[in-house]
Amino acid sequence: MKLNLKIWRQKDAKSKGEMKDYPINGIEGDMSFLEMLDVLNEELINKGEEPVQFDHDCREGICGSCSLQINGEPHGPDRLVTTCQLHMRKFNDGDTIVIEPFRATAFPVIKDLVIDRSAFDRIQQVGGYVSVNTSGNTVDANATPIEKENADDSFYAATCIGCGACVAACKNASAMLFTSAKVSQFALLPQGKVEATERVQNMVRQMDLEGFGNCTNTGACEVECPKGISLENIARMNREYLSANVKG
Amino acid sequence: MGKLDSKVPSGPLADKWTKHKNEINLVNPANKRNIDVIVVGTGLAGGSAAATLAELGYNVKTFCYQDSPRRAHSIAAQGGINAAKNYQGDGDSAYRLFYDTVKGGDYRSREANVYRLAEESANIIDQCVAQGVPFAREYGGLLDNRSFGGVLVSRTFYAKGQTGQQLLLGCYAAMNRQINRGKIKPYNRHEMMDLVLVDGKARGIIARDLVSGEIERHSAHAVVLATGGYGNVFFLSTNAMGSNVMAAWRAHRRGAYFANPCFTQIHPTCIPVSGDHQSKLTLMSESLRNDGRIWVPKRKEDAENIRQGKLKPTQLKEEDRDYYLERRYPAFGNLVPRDVASRAAKERCDAGFGVNKTGEAVYLDFASAIERYGKEEALTHGMKDADNKTITKLGRQVVENKYGNLFQMYEKIVDENPYETPMMIYPAVHYTMGGLWVDYNLQTTVDGCYCIGEANFSDHGANRLGASALMQGLADGYFVLPYTIGDYLSNDIRTGEISIDSPEFDQAEEAVRERIEKLMSGSGKHSVDHYHKLLGKIMWNKCGMARNAEDLTSAIDDIAALREDFWANVKVTGVADSLNAELEKAGRVADFLELGELFAKDALHRDESCGGHFREEYQTPEGEALRDDENFKYVAAWEFKGEPKNAVLHKENLKYENIELKTRSYK
Repeated sequence: MKLNLKIWRQKDAKSKGEMKDYPINGIEGDMSFLEMLDVLNEELINKGEEPVQFDHDCREGICGSCSLQINGEPHGPDRLVTTCQLHMRKFNDGDTIVIEPFRATAFPVIKDLVIDRSAFDRIQQVGGYVSVNTSGNTVDANATPIEKENADDSFYAATCIGCGACVAACKNASAMLFTSAKVSQFALLPQGKVEATERVQNMVRQMDLEGFGNCTNTGACEVECPKGISLENIARMNREYLSANVKG
Repeated sequence: MGKLDSKVPSGPLADKWTKHKNEINLVNPANKRNIDVIVVGTGLAGGSAAATLAELGYNVKTFCYQDSPRRAHSIAAQGGINAAKNYQGDGDSAYRLFYDTVKGGDYRSREANVYRLAEESANIIDQCVAQGVPFAREYGGLLDNRSFGGVLVSRTFYAKGQTGQQLLLGCYAAMNRQINRGKIKPYNRHEMMDLVLVDGKARGIIARDLVSGEIERHSAHAVVLATGGYGNVFFLSTNAMGSNVMAAWRAHRRGAYFANPCFTQIHPTCIPVSGDHQSKLTLMSESLRNDGRIWVPKRKEDAENIRQGKLKPTQLKEEDRDYYLERRYPAFGNLVPRDVASRAAKERCDAGFGVNKTGEAVYLDFASAIERYGKEEALTHGMKDADNKTITKLGRQVVENKYGNLFQMYEKIVDENPYETPMMIYPAVHYTMGGLWVDYNLQTTVDGCYCIGEANFSDHGANRLGASALMQGLADGYFVLPYTIGDYLSNDIRTGEISIDSPEFDQAEEAVRERIEKLMSGSGKHSVDHYHKLLGKIMWNKCGMARNAEDLTSAIDDIAALREDFWANVKVTGVADSLNAELEKAGRVADFLELGELFAKDALHRDESCGGHFREEYQTPEGEALRDDENFKYVAAWEFKGEPKNAVLHKENLKYENIELKTRSYK
C-alpha cells in the first residue's frame, strides 16, 4: 500500500522540532510498524539523508523500548500491543499516519522519536525492590506458600514493561499506573510486606519530583497499556499510601 | 597449550565447588571499597553479577546500550528456569540435572562447570522468591513446575510465558537497590568499544556515549563481560535487534580466546519467515511442546493442497497426519531436545511436506491438549456428561492460563487464531553455545577479564537444553563469579585506583576513534543492513542447520570478500557526535563480518556432527548426528592472529570421569 507519513524530526534535545512529510510506497500488511519505518530509513539512507531515529530492540513486545504516538495513540490503534507488534494490516492504502514521540515533561526528547525515560528508573531506584541480599542462603522457596490469586495478581502487575504509554495517554502525563504496578507487585507478596510503608512513600515522592502530573481517574492509561495493566493497581497504591501515611 | 588451563579443582565431582570456595582468597570488606569492577551488559548474568558485587562492597560500573538495564534481551526469555528441587518427587537431583545437561550438550561441555551449575540451581529459585519474583503457583500456594525438552522430570519453574522478564526484573530490582546505595553507577545508552589492557591485565574499557557520541575512558581492577550471544550474525534470529558480539569480539582481538563459535542453537519452534522485509524472528516457547503435538501431512498431495490453500489442516483426519517426533522418538516424543526437533522439521520440509506457502513450516497443534484438559476440568467440576462445546471451552481456558501471552503473540503476528487452527512453526537461530573461552573461575585468557552468561562458552556444550540459559546466567552472576573474582582481586588490595591517563588508554581510545572515522568514510554505496542481510544469507545457507565442507570452505571466502566490500563501500549517514543508530549498527556488523568467518572456519575443522553442529558428511544411516569422540572431544579455542582465517587453534581436552559417553538417544 501507499502511505503518507508525517514524522516528528528533532535534531537533539535543545533544538526545535518539526513535523515532516514522507510519502512511502510498497508497504505490505504483514510488515510490522517498525519494519515499515525500516523501509523508510533504507530509502532515506540511499538518498543520503539521515534516517529517522526511534527506540526499539526486542521486536516482540516485551522489552518496552519502542514507543511512538501513532495518530494520537500510544503504540497506535491496536489494543494490547506495542508498536513493534502493530502490523500494517491495521492501516489502509492511502492513509496518512502521524508519528510523534511520547509527549510528557518528564520524558524529554533526545532526538527525533527517541525519548528519555530514565525518570522511570529513578522511581524504581528509591524502593522498587525487596532488600534481600543475593547470597542464596535464604529460606527454601516453598517455605512460604502464597495464595495463587495473590501470586497471579502480583505477576500481572509485574508484567509492566516500563514503556511509558500510560504517561503518554494521560492528559496530565501522570505515572500512576506505572508506579502503582511496581508498588503492587511487592504489596501483594509476603516478601514485600516488610518494607511496604517506606516503599510506597519513597516511590510516590520520587514520582512527583520527576514532574509527572496527578491522576484524575480518567483511565486512558489502562486503555492504552500494551500489557493491560489494571487500574486496580492505582486503587491499591492509594490504599497503601494512605495507610503508610496514617502509620506515619 | 600452557594458557588453556581449565583450573578445575581436584577431588570428587560433588565436592569440587565447595572445596574450591574454601580454598580461594577473599578480600576483606574494607578493602572491597577500594576496588572497582566494570560489568558490561545488564541481562540476567550482568545484572545479577553487578548487584551481588556491589552488595559485597565493590564499586561497580554497569554499561548497557539500552536506555535501561531492564531492557536487556534476557527479558524476552519465555519458558522457564531449571532447578533440581525435586518438588514434584519425580526423582530429580543435582546429579540428574548435571547428567541431562551434559548429555543434552552432546558431551562437549566441561563436567565440573555443569555440576556446579546443577548444584547452584536450587539456590537460584530460593533467591528469586525471596526477591519477590512472582513464579507460577498451584492452588495450594506452592510453586508449580513444567517439563522441558531432553528430560524426563518436571524441574522447570516459570512465570507464564514471561519467565525471563520476571527474573530480569528481579536482577534489575537488586541493581536498583545498589544504585540507590551509590554502589553501582549505571551507564545506560553506552556501548563498550574496546578493552584496555595494562601490563597484560584487563584494566578498563573505552565506551561510547550513544547519545552524545562522546568517547569515554573507564578504568577498573577487573572487567566482566556479560553481553549475551551472537545469533545476529545470521541477521534473522530470535535475538533483539541490538544484540551483538562487539564487546566479546573486541576482547578476543585483545587476546581472549573464542571457543566453539560454530555451536549455535537453531530453535525448533519459531514463527516462520513471512517475507524479505522481515527484521527478526519470534520464538514460541519450548514449553508449548509440553502440550502441543508437532505434525505434517502423511501424504505429499495433502501438503501441496494445504500450501495452495485448498485444504485446511483441521480437515485432515488423524490417520492422515504424521506426528513425526512421536513416531521417531517414542520415549521423548514432542519433547526431544532442540537440535533433534529442528533437524527433524527440516528433514520433513526438505522432503516436501512443509505446510506454509514457501513449504518451510510444520504444525504445532493444541487440539488434543484442549480436549484432554477440557475433560479433566469437566470432571473436576462435576460435569460427567459435558458436551464437546463445553469441553473445548474449558480446555481453552486451561491452555490460556498456561500460555496465554504466547497465543496472543502468535495471533498478532500471523493473523490466525491458534486456539482454532494449529500454529505454524519453523526452526530459527536462537542461542549461541559458543563464546569466549573461560576457565573454572569464569576468567578468559586475558587476566582480569571475566565472561559470564551466554557470552561465554562453558556450560551447554554443543546444544543447550530448554530453561538452562536463565539458570546459567543467574548461577554465574549471583553465585559463582562473586566468589571466583575475589580470588583474583585479592591481589589488588594495594593497587589503588587505575589511572585513565596512561599510554594504554591513549592508544585504545585512538584506535576507537580511527575505527569510527573509517566507518563514517565509506564510499556510500550500500546501507549497513544491506551487508548484514547478505552476511545472514551466507551464514544460513552455508553454516545453518546442516553444513558440509564444500559450503563452509566457500563461506570463508564469501565472508572475507563481503567484509572487504563493507569497509570500502558502506554508507553511514549522519554524524559521529550524535545519536546515530546507523553508526552503532555499522560497528556491530563489522565485527559480525569477522566472527562469521571464524564461525565457518571452526565448523569446517570439526569433522563430526554434535548438537547444533550437524555436518552432512557425518551422520548415521537414520540421519542422526554422528559424533567422533576419539578426535573431537575437545573445546576448540581460537586465538586471534590479525585475520579470522589465521586464527590459531588451542584445544581443551574434555574428560568425562562421572558420565559414560554414549550415543545420544531419545528414542
